[in-house]
Amino acid sequence: MPHADSPASFLDTPTGFRSWLLTHDHKRIGILYAIAITAFFFVGGAAAVLIRTELATPQGDVLTADGYNEAFTVHGVVMVWFFLIPSIPSVLGNILLPLMLGARDLAFPRLNLASWYLYALGGIFTIACLIAGGADTGWTFYTPFSTLFSNSNVLLVVVGVFIVGFSSILTGLNFIVTIHRMRAPGMHWFRMPLFAWTMYATSLVMILATPVLSMTLVLIGLERVFGVGIFDPALGGDPLLFQHLFWFYSHPAVYIMVLPAMGVVSEIIPCFVRKRIFGYRFMIYSIMAIAIVGFFVWGHHMFVSGQSMYAGIVFSLLSFVVAIPSAIKVFNWTATLYKGSITFEAPMLYALGFVGLFLLGGLTGLFLAATALDVHLTDTYFVVAHFHYIMVGGAVMAYMGGIHFWWPKVTGRLYPEAWARFAAILMFFGFNFTFLPQFVLGFLGMPRRYHSYDPEFGLLNAFSSGGAAVLATAYLLPLGYLSWSLFYGARSPANPWAATGLEWQTSSPPPTHNFLETPRVDGGPYEYSPSQAEAEAEARA
Amino acid sequence: MSRAVSPAEQFDDIEQQSGAATFGMWVFLATEVLFFGVLFAAYAYCRVQDPQGFVLASRHTDLLLGGIESVILLLSAAAAAWATALLRRDENRASAALLWCAAGLGALFMALHLYEYWKDYGEGLVPGLRFTYTGLHAQTVERFYALYYAMTLVHLLHLLIGIVLLAFYAREVRRQRIGAAYASPVMCVALYWDFVDMVWIFLFPMLYLLDRS
Repeated sequence: MPHADSPASFLDTPTGFRSWLLTHDHKRIGILYAIAITAFFFVGGAAAVLIRTELATPQGDVLTADGYNEAFTVHGVVMVWFFLIPSIPSVLGNILLPLMLGARDLAFPRLNLASWYLYALGGIFTIACLIAGGADTGWTFYTPFSTLFSNSNVLLVVVGVFIVGFSSILTGLNFIVTIHRMRAPGMHWFRMPLFAWTMYATSLVMILATPVLSMTLVLIGLERVFGVGIFDPALGGDPLLFQHLFWFYSHPAVYIMVLPAMGVVSEIIPCFVRKRIFGYRFMIYSIMAIAIVGFFVWGHHMFVSGQSMYAGIVFSLLSFVVAIPSAIKVFNWTATLYKGSITFEAPMLYALGFVGLFLLGGLTGLFLAATALDVHLTDTYFVVAHFHYIMVGGAVMAYMGGIHFWWPKVTGRLYPEAWARFAAILMFFGFNFTFLPQFVLGFLGMPRRYHSYDPEFGLLNAFSSGGAAVLATAYLLPLGYLSWSLFYGARSPANPWAATGLEWQTSSPPPTHNFLETPRVDGGPYEYSPSQAEAEAEARA
Repeated sequence: MSRAVSPAEQFDDIEQQSGAATFGMWVFLATEVLFFGVLFAAYAYCRVQDPQGFVLASRHTDLLLGGIESVILLLSAAAAAWATALLRRDENRASAALLWCAAGLGALFMALHLYEYWKDYGEGLVPGLRFTYTGLHAQTVERFYALYYAMTLVHLLHLLIGIVLLAFYAREVRRQRIGAAYASPVMCVALYWDFVDMVWIFLFPMLYLLDRS
């Protein structure tokens, strides 16, 4: 093992296959996660291609109705649990959190490795389900369909999701303890970068919401195997109970996906504006408010399920409340841009794309939070478009932005800027091309989860499928040029963006224990100054 | 005898490591509360729908055995807590003995509870395997027992993990591999064990004590 004073990077020493698979280094575990979730991203993406190919024409001609159900189930399960939830926390958070706090590693490195293996094991069960013929319940596993009626391999995928849940619980636990106990001297709570704050809020949601899903899945398993009636009305159970428990996890899960995205964007924007972030403390308060209020809005998924009218009213109100901190964040990002020296490198393009798409996704969420309008829009493509704006337009754009921003930090190489900008713009265009028509389709009444539809919806669906082809291309581009840059990219200086975060104070890629000596922190995280920006502009000119 | 212990490489000193370990266990227990919370919520939801059925079903549980089990588990928790206090004062021998004692009482609890399961099986009160009750509120009684088994089985699984950990650390303490200089692992196991007992303190009245007048 290299000592803290050896200058070798974490990528070079120690060498060998075993040193990667048994590593305790948070940065290497982050890379293991990156490889695994990229593989799952393309599994889920392949299912999306099947779905959009089927929907390109009104007739159900590519897939059978059952095959279509299986395709969207795979797409949902894989994208939610095996890509979106672990994406930013487990990849970027793992790599960056100790660096940003000035720590040598996470508090529990072995637990960190264990969480990656749990992820892999959960993945194996899910892939096994796929090979055995797939499941057809949708990612929501609604009872009694999932417990009594479905003849597909529900149990395999339920076990897979159960296991991967523990991976995210352990990651959350590790992050919380690390943030509480491992900060460098001088790193107060209110000197932490916003990305670290979003990791904290996300971890809270992970440890408090995920166990609810786990136990609910156990009950599904019991009901399916032993036929005991907890959720099944034929046996005296209640499907509403299942929906409450499921959404108690799955609504906060949306914040597991989008809070980290907000953190990434809050790091990128000040760097490419050369300004301190506007309203740092209010950003923190709104991060925490989103995480906390997010626990009390799950009932807006159940407005038409038969829950009481009064429950509906309270959940509707609280869903409107959660929009306030989200809006504060959008205003603060916008105010940060004001009078800044903005440059448009690829990470910034992704970050700006995030702000726009998140805004649209968030505002259409308010449509759905209104109980009366929701009755009309429930189970239509309007809902599909809304949550894809948040989860793909928001979370995936930010993940891509983060990958580009910290690429030189982790790999020590520069990516090709022109290609990256092209991919970012293509992704933004392809995304809107795919999902904007779906708002209209949903408003016109096209229901989700059917493999064929009325011919009058044909044109807009053809648009959407065309956009999906553009989007797929845009996702393949970074895979190509980033892989290329690993071998042929120019060597990066330690701090190519002249960014102020603690993670940029060490070499790129960092040594195994991150810092040659523990840094002392004596200022806030975004000490960008106008004079510095002018000096850099002069240096460029 | 306590030796100087060096911290793991990510920590600055042993105090930081102790703090992280204990805090980590508290965070884990927060997760556990929500994990069991689903079962408590399901119980509340089902009981509100048919309170009489729940009362009827609960009369088929064995109050005496349940009471004895509760006492055993409380004694076991006290032993684990005492063991931690003794370890802090460097009394490894007595500490190890108490840890063995806690593990043994835990095993006794498990044995008695498995005996209850066997009795239930004889009476046809195990949903999914052998359920023959056909009296009043039969459907609710079956749901009660479904929840009873879900709750107590998850609890027993936790108990089993706790017993293994207690036994493992009893050995470590006895062999002086853990001492007053770094007592956190034992402290964490004791915390976990107290939590598992606490769950039972809620389960016992919920499952055994409904309107036994």
